[in-house]
Amino acid sequence: MPALADEFPAARLHIVTGKGGTGKTTIAAALAIALAYGGRRTLLVEVEGRQGIAQLFDCAPLPYKETRIAVVPGGGEVLALAVDDEAALLDYLDMFYNLRRAGRALRKMGAIDFATAIAPGLRDVLLTGKVKEATTRMSNGKRVYDAVVLDAPPTGRITKFLNVTAEMSGLAKVGPIKTQSDGVMAVLRSSQTAVHIVTLLEEMPVQETIDAIADLSATGLPVGAVFVNAARSSLLPPADQRRAVTGRLGVARIAAGLELARLDGKAFGKRLTAEAVEHALRVGVQEESRERIAELDRPTVELPRLPGSLDLADLFELADILRQGGVA
Amino acid sequence: MSTTASPALDVDGLLANPTTQIVVCCGAGGVGKTTTSAALAVRAADAGRTVVVLTIDPARRLAQALGLTTLDNVPRVVKGVGADSGGRLWAMQLDMKRTFDEIVEAHSTPQRARQIYANPFYQSLSSSFAGTQEYMAMEKLGQLRARGEWDLIVVDTPPSRSALDFLDAPQRMARFLDGRMIRLLAAPAKAGGRAYLKVVGAGFALFARVLTRILGTQVLADVSAFVGALDSMFGGFRERAEATYEMLRRPGTAFIVVTAPESDALREASFFLDRLAADQMPLAGVIVNRVHGSAVPELSGQRAETAAEALEEIGGQELTASVLRIHADLMFLGRREQRLTARLRKAHPGVAMREIPALPGEVHDLAALRTVGAAMAGDPD
Repeated sequence: MPALADEFPAARLHIVTGKGGTGKTTIAAALAIALAYGGRRTLLVEVEGRQGIAQLFDCAPLPYKETRIAVVPGGGEVLALAVDDEAALLDYLDMFYNLRRAGRALRKMGAIDFATAIAPGLRDVLLTGKVKEATTRMSNGKRVYDAVVLDAPPTGRITKFLNVTAEMSGLAKVGPIKTQSDGVMAVLRSSQTAVHIVTLLEEMPVQETIDAIADLSATGLPVGAVFVNAARSSLLPPADQRRAVTGRLGVARIAAGLELARLDGKAFGKRLTAEAVEHALRVGVQEESRERIAELDRPTVELPRLPGSLDLADLFELADILRQGGVA
Repeated sequence: MSTTASPALDVDGLLANPTTQIVVCCGAGGVGKTTTSAALAVRAADAGRTVVVLTIDPARRLAQALGLTTLDNVPRVVKGVGADSGGRLWAMQLDMKRTFDEIVEAHSTPQRARQIYANPFYQSLSSSFAGTQEYMAMEKLGQLRARGEWDLIVVDTPPSRSALDFLDAPQRMARFLDGRMIRLLAAPAKAGGRAYLKVVGAGFALFARVLTRILGTQVLADVSAFVGALDSMFGGFRERAEATYEMLRRPGTAFIVVTAPESDALREASFFLDRLAADQMPLAGVIVNRVHGSAVPELSGQRAETAAEALEEIGGQELTASVLRIHADLMFLGRREQRLTARLRKAHPGVAMREIPALPGEVHDLAALRTVGAAMAGDPD
């Protein structure tokens, strides 16, 4: 399996998608941290108005302004931005039509909501446009961000979200919005971009991963890594794992061991064995999913299920695993 | 081990009660709503009721277990359910575009329907508008109910961005389609000149001009044509959305909030419970899926861990040491989950709850659905 950093040496815009509930916000945050090692500056962006980043980092809701959320050993830092579609449209109106003041009144009337609703493609162009702007932004002849990580919409909507020119083709044929969507598309299809997919070792998320890879590839969007979240590995010795899944794990050995540890082998042996068998089955059921992911032949990193609610230390732990996995 | 007592959710009582006509399963994405809906439907049919379950996006193998191999947006009989009790089960998977097409078809002439189908704005609205899926799920529920062929309808809800979208989306969509804005933008010419400016203000007129430039005149013409066609078709989306909303509030409906013992899912569940209460929606209770428990609760996690360490020191006891570690992990996990769910109990005293143990495998056959159903009913099986 290829390593991500080898396959995408020029990647600076990392787009993270995945089925709902797979933990894509967590992985996106860990990736932004991983990429900030070595004194680099990264930007973590969310676009769905969920304030998932603020919840994850346990900070106040993010304003529509790039805000530092973490510092990384070696002088690196992670900034975050929650792109709001209304604010992005107002920015846009201001930039091209000098309409900011009217924009505020329009917001009150619900006009912005309306405009983005009748043309969902417009909303996506504005959101991806903001991400592209941050990715390519320069200051004093240098990139402002070494990498940008986008916590993107889920797999079911990702191709549509990123395929902005197709979505806009039914709309404006000329003018600034056309120029904008063409510019966004050029960056998204370039070697600067990699679209990563987060999955669990379960049937549905794996199926969505396979479908999304097919859709993204057909659209010419560069598919990056598959991040397997909350993976379990067996705690049992390999031979006993095999015995357990085939129903051949004997109670006697375990009961004897318990006695050695001064526990009541007779009272606990049978029930503890049953727990171990269940553990083995749970791990075993993931194997099929793992094989289907391996067939995809994408750079793959497995991340463990971390106990309890995540905190910043957990995100750094996940970032370390991503770095060891050849992501950065 | 729960610190606050909550009444147990009486699933069998709910399903057997002939006045229960609609059960709505809602909750965050990835908590097992579809499985829960299917398991409830199977259990109700096995208990003798005539049931239809409306699923949104089942896993492939679960769909197969329910006989959902052809996706034609109509309920199909599920074989092998209810045989002993005279109950029957139908299942269907929602096709939102098709449901929208059917509404158009039912309310217009064939020629008019063809015009609408061809309208690019309709195509985008019916396939990608945020909220269409929620709206169509409610439409389909209304249709199934109107057919009167089932005495219980179990509904799965779409995997919304937030669980609340499901209650709001139909209204939002209705507001959008019925709204002033769409009329103003779609037909600025009709309002005309000065009078138009007076009504909407100069800022809006400027905005409309810009929007026309951004989107092109064609889009607004499409919208205008579509709204015109809808108007003459039937009495507005708002009334339909309101009728659905009222149907959900009737006593024959029971909401079940589905969650998992994880902080995000429980937070969503808590929001949803507040929202249902604020809207006076009939709540049956909460199902907490995938709860981890131990078969050896009297052996604490710490004791198991200490014993594992002792065995590792002795050596040659890898198997038993790993078995003890598995038990310790399970005890710690279970305790964390109990702490998290206790918060939900505390915030919503009196709300009936049921915890469903985590199964080792995935649920994709009738036998597994029955196992889940038995756990829901608190039936030791």
